[in-house]
Formats: sequence, structure tokens, C-alpha cells
Amino acid sequence: MITGIIALMIAILTFIALFAQMLIDGMPRLSWDFFTSFPSRRPESAGILSAWVGTTLVMLVTAVSAVPLGVGAGVYLEEYAPKNLFTEIIEINVTNLAGVPSIIYGLLALGLFVYQLGFGQSILAAGLALALLILPVVIVATREAIRSIPIAIREGAYALGATKWQTVSDHLLPYSSAGILTGIIIGLARAIGETAPIITIGALTFIAFLPPSPITDEFPYISFEWLTAPFTVMPIQMFNWVSRPEEAFQLNAAAAGLVLVVMTLTMNGLAIYLRYRMRKNIKW
Amino acid sequence: MQKSTEINQYKSEVKNLSFYYGTFNALKNIDMVLHDKKITALIGPSGCGKSTFLRCFNRMHDLYPGNRYEGDIMLYPDNVNILLPRVDPIEVRMRISMVFQKPNPFPKSIYENVAYGLRVRGIKQRAILDEKIEDALRNAALWDEVKDRLNDLAFNLSGGQQQRLCIARALATDPEILLFDEPTSALDPIATASIEELIADLKDKVTILIVTHNMQQAARVSDYTAYMYLGELIEFDETDTIFIKPKNKQTEDYITGRFG
Repeated sequence: MITGIIALMIAILTFIALFAQMLIDGMPRLSWDFFTSFPSRRPESAGILSAWVGTTLVMLVTAVSAVPLGVGAGVYLEEYAPKNLFTEIIEINVTNLAGVPSIIYGLLALGLFVYQLGFGQSILAAGLALALLILPVVIVATREAIRSIPIAIREGAYALGATKWQTVSDHLLPYSSAGILTGIIIGLARAIGETAPIITIGALTFIAFLPPSPITDEFPYISFEWLTAPFTVMPIQMFNWVSRPEEAFQLNAAAAGLVLVVMTLTMNGLAIYLRYRMRKNIKW
Repeated sequence: MQKSTEINQYKSEVKNLSFYYGTFNALKNIDMVLHDKKITALIGPSGCGKSTFLRCFNRMHDLYPGNRYEGDIMLYPDNVNILLPRVDPIEVRMRISMVFQKPNPFPKSIYENVAYGLRVRGIKQRAILDEKIEDALRNAALWDEVKDRLNDLAFNLSGGQQQRLCIARALATDPEILLFDEPTSALDPIATASIEELIADLKDKVTILIVTHNMQQAARVSDYTAYMYLGELIEFDETDTIFIKPKNKQTEDYITGRFG
């Protein structure tokens, strides 16, 4: 008990010290210009515009692909799959996948998305790589959220003549949405800080232009060209600055790190808040 | 002639029903009838199969793998065996509703709870929903208590009110048979009395089958009583006969409290 608390305190204090150091170093660099400037050879005019835009677009691809796939797989395994050796193997593997080092996902994505499917070193390839990475988190969260619904609720729906799909869509999914949403956000919060798979895919470390805009002036006003554009993301921008010899770039890295940590903490905070909000009405 | 009038008094007839959970034989060759617009009670010690029997009527066992029925449950006047594999269990549940042991309202509003059975039947028009929901809540003796707060969450109701809401939910779809699985076991005596009163009032409208482990309850509310033991139907008769002069020694022992 006591050793546990001591171990926990060491971990928390280390985090606080690191965060404080980053705050002291990075805070003075944070300004409107820092968010709206491209990286530059001169540290004082360098910014994270291409990095945060890249991160946002990659996260969009990740969410759009991982959420339907992960929730669908979770619902299937929990409600539809027959209990046999095959599904048991799938279940064990889904749990194991959560523990696979992220660089392995990077290698898989490099081989599959970048070369085999010809997506290139693009936002699409990176988003899909991170989607694979967080898929187990979304699947497990979905299954646990569905499993926590009492059998009496399920039977109540069936007894009124609901079909399996009506029971899933009218009851199980809505009542487990808080848990599923929490899983999705925690998965995305993990993906946002991932560096290894993105480097493996071959994201650029210095990029002074934005991907084509998803919204256009001409019909049909929406464009998917950005999916195949080269990109960079926040952790890679940091990585690039940290590896520079000049002191001033270290401060830029600290500032970018601060933005990244705030993004992650905000997402986690949002997950906790949503969980609280949506659980308030559900007591069983 | 005699035969046909007798058939008309039956809502359902159970013929040689056996049921298996995997290899475990939970019900053994049961023969029984449900009289139309009467209340039939199932009594017996825990584990005797009375809930298992009740749940055959709405094919609840189909939800879990490895369960198997043998024999017939005929539904009249259609004269159809609802246990046949080609009979869709969802069709059966549309006609035979169930109220569970513990109140199990959905985490939705009072209105939406009662509306759900109608919605799965594709009823969308607000006026029809409003009317049916009011009728159901009136029949469940809950209307006056909730008419001003139909959009409140069902969880905010008391336990007894929640159970009456579940009865309203089951009634909203005009079922032919209403199944009760120990509906008062999670309620206090006052709520129990109001539910019992409600069940007694409902028999003008619907045929009722109720499982209870409370013999006084069976004696108070039911017209017919079946005593079950270890998956077998020991005795089935009018409630007065069962409680005053049972033909079977085992039934008598159970009724008089010498056993069970």
C-alpha cells in the first residue's frame, strides 16, 4: 500500500517536473504567430501551422475509419458472433493487439498502405495506420460498455417484440454510448502523440505548405485531394526541432510539446466529462 | 359439441411439453391449459421450473444457445403451435407480453417506455401513440400519477410505479396473454397490494399466467393454480380446489407448509 503510493508519487512528481520545465521553456514562445507560421530556418519566426493542420487531418481520417470499424466489430463480437474457437481466437488477438509496439503498426502500414495499396506517404496512409493502432481500444471499450448493460434491459426489449437489430440500435448502442465515446477519445488521445508509426510511413519533417483545402469554391465544394498530400504532425515537428543544435529550437520544441500535452489532456478531460454527463441518467 | 365449447374457453393448451437447457431436462411432459380471460398461477419451490415454463410462452429461451423445446403450446383461436421452429419468436412476443421479476424500465422517458412496443410495430403517428399510451397507463393504474410528467425519466419513479410502468408497457400492444414472472418479489407490501389489485382488474381484458413463490398471492389473485415440482406438473386445478382439498399428497404438503 505505502510502496504503491510512493511509486505513484514518484511517477506523478516526475511528470509534474517535466511538465513544469516544458511550461517554463515553451510558454514565452506561445503566440498567435506560433500557430499561424510554417516552420523556418530562423527559430524565432518558426511555427506549427503545418503540424497542427496535419495532426487534425490525420486524426479525422483515424476517427472516420476506426470508429465505425471498431464499434461494429465490438457489437458483432458481443451480440452476434457465435461462441466458438474461431471467435475466441479473434477475441484473444484483439486484446493482444493493444499491446503490440506502435512501430510494428508503422511497418504494417508502410508495407500495406504506402506500397501495396499505393497511398504513398500521405495523410490517408498515416490516418489508417493510427486507426489500426487504436482499433483494439475502441473494440474493447465497445464490448465492455455493451456488456455492462443488465440482461433485464435486453430481455425487456426482446419481450416487447424487438428484433435483434432493434435491440442493438434502440437500446444497447444508446445506453453504451458514454463508454464507447470514452474509448474513442482515449484512443484518439493516444494516437495524437504517436510518432514511431508516422516516421516509419515517412512523414516529412520540414514542410512549408498546407495540404489542399477540403472545402473548395467550385461545385461540389468538397475535395478529397488532401488525403493524398504529404504532411507532418505535431510530434514529428517536435522531433525535428529537438534534433537541431540551436538552443532556440529547443524552446520551440517545448512550446509545441506544451500544445500537444494540452490537446491530449483536453481530450481526456472531455472523455471524463462526457462519461459523467451521459451516465447521470443511467443507473443500474 | 361439448368439445368445441370447451376449446373456446381455452386461450392456450400445453401438450406434452418438455424443455432442455443443453442436456439438462428442466421441464418434463407438461400438460396444462390456460383458460381464456382467467388468471392462472404457477407455484412450487425454487428451481421447480415455473419460470422456465413461463418463459416458453414467449420463446424467451430462443435468445440463448443450446436450449430446446419438445411438445406443443397451442394458441387459440388460431390453433397454432407457437413452439414450431417456423413460427417467428418475434411474432409470438408481439402477441404474448411479459412483465419481469424486477422492474426493468428502459433509461428513457415514461412516454417512450410505453411507446416502445408500439414503435417496434411501426406505429409512428403521434395521435395514435398518445391515445394508446394513455389507455395503457390508465389500465396499469398509473395515469393519474404520471400524466403531468410523461417526459420524465422512468428511473425517477418509485419501485412500485416502475413495475406498473412495465405492465403498461406490456399492455400498450394489446397482448392476448400477459406473463408475470414473480412481479412483486422486489416490491414492498403496499406496492405489492396495488400490483395484485391491478392484476385482478386486468383479467377482463387479457389472459394471465403468473409465477409466484408466494402462496397467499396465488390464492388471492388466481382462478386456476398449477403446482410444479422438479420440472413436473404435479397438480393443476381451480385455485379453490388446490388450496382447500388438493388431490395430490405432495401438493397438500407444500400448501400446508410441511415442505418447500
